Amino acid sequence: MDNNNLLFHKSVVYGLSGLLFIPILATLIYSFSSSWGATMLPDGFTFKWYTQLLTDPRFLEAFGRSLFICISSLILAMVLVLPMIFVVFYYYPALDKVMNILILLPFAVPPVVSSVGLLQLYADSSVQLVGTPWILIGTYFTIALPFMYRAISNSFTSINLRDLVDAAHLLGASTTKAYLLIILPNLKKGLLASTFLSFSFLLGEFVFANILVGTRYETLQIYLYNMRQTSGHFTSALVMTYFAFIFVCTWLATRFSKGNE
Amino acid sequence: MSSTKPMQQGKFTLRKYKPVLWLLPFIAFFYLFQIAPMVWVLINSFIYEGEWTIENYSEIFDSAFILQGFSNSLWISFWSSLIGLILAAILVSSLRHLNSRIRDAIVAFTNMSSNFSGVPLAFAFIIILGTNGAVTLLLRQWGLLGDFDLYSKSGLLALYIYFQIPLGALLLYPAFDALKKDAYEASQLLGASSRQYWMKIGLPILSPALLGTFIILFANAIGAYASVYALTNGNYNMVTIRIASLVSGDLFLEPNLAAAISALLMLLLGLITAVNQWLIARSYHG
Repeated sequence: MDNNNLLFHKSVVYGLSGLLFIPILATLIYSFSSSWGATMLPDGFTFKWYTQLLTDPRFLEAFGRSLFICISSLILAMVLVLPMIFVVFYYYPALDKVMNILILLPFAVPPVVSSVGLLQLYADSSVQLVGTPWILIGTYFTIALPFMYRAISNSFTSINLRDLVDAAHLLGASTTKAYLLIILPNLKKGLLASTFLSFSFLLGEFVFANILVGTRYETLQIYLYNMRQTSGHFTSALVMTYFAFIFVCTWLATRFSKGNE
Repeated sequence: MSSTKPMQQGKFTLRKYKPVLWLLPFIAFFYLFQIAPMVWVLINSFIYEGEWTIENYSEIFDSAFILQGFSNSLWISFWSSLIGLILAAILVSSLRHLNSRIRDAIVAFTNMSSNFSGVPLAFAFIIILGTNGAVTLLLRQWGLLGDFDLYSKSGLLALYIYFQIPLGALLLYPAFDALKKDAYEASQLLGASSRQYWMKIGLPILSPALLGTFIILFANAIGAYASVYALTNGNYNMVTIRIASLVSGDLFLEPNLAAAISALLMLLLGLITAVNQWLIARSYHG
């Protein structure tokens, strides 16, 4: 490859990623500026918007609610998915094919469509679901499912499941014990990677939160939406704080998935 | 292990089915939150005032407003997927010529920016490209930008392309492994131009991956709701906006009509996927 060509490829890559970077950079600058009109650079730099945001109890509450919902749904997903994958891989390996089709459903059915059914099905349930965090936790489990199933089933195929369990049986352990003490530790990396990935995905979820619950339980995304009338600098600070959080999660996810190879 | 004696089978039926019990909680939750809502939508799209009918569907085809929602959604999904796919393919094919350190950094950045979507992305666009956005004012001062309006079709298209590029790049990145350097060198030795190489070798090899990625981008775009809702307050007529407003708007709730629109949307997605699969199957034979 001659130098001219390399230069061409470099400029293509930097040009396109630069284009993707502009909105992020501009929002970042905007969040730190006191005001920014029709000039190349803002008029002055300030931390005012961040202090205003981080001392707003409504923001902290919304953030707490989002964390509660995301963490609960990830725990629910783990509790449901971990035994399920083991049973599939150990007892009924043929089911893996069925599962691979089923986990496409949360992707294939747009959230708006699902929420039409959810809203009607659970609007008059005897236990109040619509408008509470509980319906979101159940729904978010389906969103996390594809990430988790893919990552964990990859881990399963990379370990010698049958030999490991058989060895544990020979040494007198029950299947449950073998699973908890031998198999689970082997899944740690895939599990962690998919957890952080789903976490950043769930934190950005707006459709279900808006249609099923809305302002009755204000999550981070709903708060962000409700703040649209306030100063653009304030919302940029909010967007950037959220993005920094997502950044850490994706970074952790790639960290763990790299260690898995 | 697998050679369970027939004698044991009768004796330990309960034990044999114990593993199935572990599947039940998963099945229950998956049914309640994924399958049941879908089934409700399909069934109720055929019910109008308590009777089995196709009334909901004929209402859609009589309503210019809903049809406009469909056509807007299709237009934006098609163009944003196509342009996003082309830009992503260019990005990925150039990326492969750079050294691995830059490559890893760019892939990590793309991964991160693929999470920049929905409401936060719409807000970032409003801040920089909105009526009083910093970039808008700057570009206007320089006499650029023409009649670009973020809250119109062109603005939405820009927003959609923005979130399609990282997703497309991430999906295409592994597929470009299929392009071997020797094929390119061989074609050069035989006197082919770069253009001939791409038309006769590169693109045909990549076409299944390109088509597959296109369909994912398309589905992603047509189901998108958060970004357009946040950008236009639900005022731009798209099919997801129509569905949501029929179940959670302030007035005139018509869940069964929403169900019929939803069912049509899924049918549309199914059809496009089928055509796509057919094209992929054909492309293997050249």
